[in-house]
Amino acid sequence: MTDNVNKSRRNLLIGTSAVGAIGAGFAAVPFIKSWLPSERAKAAGSPVKADYSKIEPGQMLNVLWRGQPVFLVNRTEKQTAVLDSLEDRLKDPNDSASIQPDYIDNKYRARKENLLVVIGICTHLGCSPKYYPDLEPQSFDSEWQGGFYCPCHNSRFDISGRVYKGSPASRNLDIPPYTFLDENIIEIGTDGGAA
Amino acid sequence: MGKIASSRTKSSNGIMDWFNARLPVTQFYKDHLSEYYAPKNFNFWYFFGSLALLVLVNQIVTGIWLTMHYKPDAAQAFGMVEYIMRDVPWGWLIRYLHTTGASAFFVVIYLHMFRGLLYGSYKKPRELIWVFGMIIYLALMAEAFMGYVLPWGNMSYWGAKVITQLFAAVPWVGDSLVEWVRGDYLISDATLNRFFALHVIALPLVIVVLVVLHIAALHTVGSNNPEGIDIKKHKDENGVPKDGIPFHPYYTVKDIFGVGMFLLIFLFIVFVKPDMGGLFLEHDNYVPADPSSTPDHIKPVWYFTPFYAMLRAVPSMQIGALIMALAIVVLFFLPWLDRSPVKSIRYRRWPYKLMLSLFALAFVVLGWLGMQAGSELQKLTAQILTGFYFFYFVWLFFYSRNETYHEVPERIEK
Repeated sequence: MTDNVNKSRRNLLIGTSAVGAIGAGFAAVPFIKSWLPSERAKAAGSPVKADYSKIEPGQMLNVLWRGQPVFLVNRTEKQTAVLDSLEDRLKDPNDSASIQPDYIDNKYRARKENLLVVIGICTHLGCSPKYYPDLEPQSFDSEWQGGFYCPCHNSRFDISGRVYKGSPASRNLDIPPYTFLDENIIEIGTDGGAA
Repeated sequence: MGKIASSRTKSSNGIMDWFNARLPVTQFYKDHLSEYYAPKNFNFWYFFGSLALLVLVNQIVTGIWLTMHYKPDAAQAFGMVEYIMRDVPWGWLIRYLHTTGASAFFVVIYLHMFRGLLYGSYKKPRELIWVFGMIIYLALMAEAFMGYVLPWGNMSYWGAKVITQLFAAVPWVGDSLVEWVRGDYLISDATLNRFFALHVIALPLVIVVLVVLHIAALHTVGSNNPEGIDIKKHKDENGVPKDGIPFHPYYTVKDIFGVGMFLLIFLFIVFVKPDMGGLFLEHDNYVPADPSSTPDHIKPVWYFTPFYAMLRAVPSMQIGALIMALAIVVLFFLPWLDRSPVKSIRYRRWPYKLMLSLFALAFVVLGWLGMQAGSELQKLTAQILTGFYFFYFVWLFFYSRNETYHEVPERIEK
């Protein structure tokens, strides 16, 4: 068999197969790319506005941006006073792995010290954590200092959305880009050119 | 008269001849039924292959009927399921047959797989049957997951979110991959629509083709049996295995009995307890999908919970997802991890019997743990059992190398 190989025919066979495979690869592109977000989905992902002046101290407002809950918390001084003391209990107090705009600092993680703006989605598997504002013992943490608790897999975050050690989540809560349009209105989804 | 009579007899033989000359119908019937010789000692565990086929047919037929009344639209899907349950004539029955069928599928498949473990049905020369079976199992998990999303209840929504989020564990491209799978920045109408397409046509086609390959490979090498004895070693003068009996009528009749018993239990659940106390249909899924409110306790349907427990047992999501994937991948290699020449557990010694029992127990307990909220003790237990799950395969690889066993007889005795 191998003695009688017609080399030019075999090369033609290999050549046409290779070209065919490349063609099939190109033909697959539209089918794979049609799974990407559509133009309509992209347009729906545009920024949203909210009135933050109405949030009472200690209260939280839940705003939908790109279908994700964004938590706006008007933190009291009592709530933020404990932030420094928590660093030993946190996985990443300095935000080395956080997904957040450059203008966000490490402790308050906010553009206004009192107002936390954070994406309310657990960085573990995407559940929405619940807000536990009070600095009192909870069933999931006997030394609770206020913050967010995810009921899915017991991830705990402080009042700046920083994740506690011992949580399945490995990253602090994400912070979306946002800007203040005036004294009352915040726009989530844009930097306002401040980035 | 004579001429008419002869043409009549000719035509009665003639129809099959006509077909056989064009398509080997009779030969196919002989090869796979009337002259497919299966070992004569099949027991209870051998019901589950044919039952899996029955459930597959049930899922396809009821599924087609459900699509006639359902719309894959995020705004309408939840309402369409309510509509099927309340307004469509017999819609409740068709839907409950489908939802109970999904759980029944996994009950049957898990027992079918355990039979393979008991009697070494994955071993040479049946490795390919096992591998096809494993791919079917994977496809079935994808099929079940996407089907679970379609009613667009709150557990559908958040379950879909958690599972698609697992793709983020893939290095570098993870986040883009999640967006690509969802077709949006979140679980949305686009996600529901594509899951519908995959659930009703793409995956069922794949599963049916795989089932054909699974059975074709089985019929090429022949069935194993509880003794693990190769019946092809001893054939009579016609080439028929002496310990074999034709599948039809012997095993068709046996399987029909199995079907009867199965339907008795299956239909009892369909009519009396279709949600199985929240196990088959979860309570949180009777609430419409709500992107801003997570159910207090997210858990998958029972058949995924062993793997879910493994995912939760690991503190890092990336490693957790990897462990979960490995737990399934390792099963593919079982035919090469078990190096013992003996197939059936009946001729293996106590260490194997003990370890296989513990392995099955670990899997069941992990399944239970995956349904719980997850206290510290439960988490620790899940970690230990996950460790044992993998240790089992390592142990098997080394133990089976020089395993001592009881002598396997040449023929099936009874």
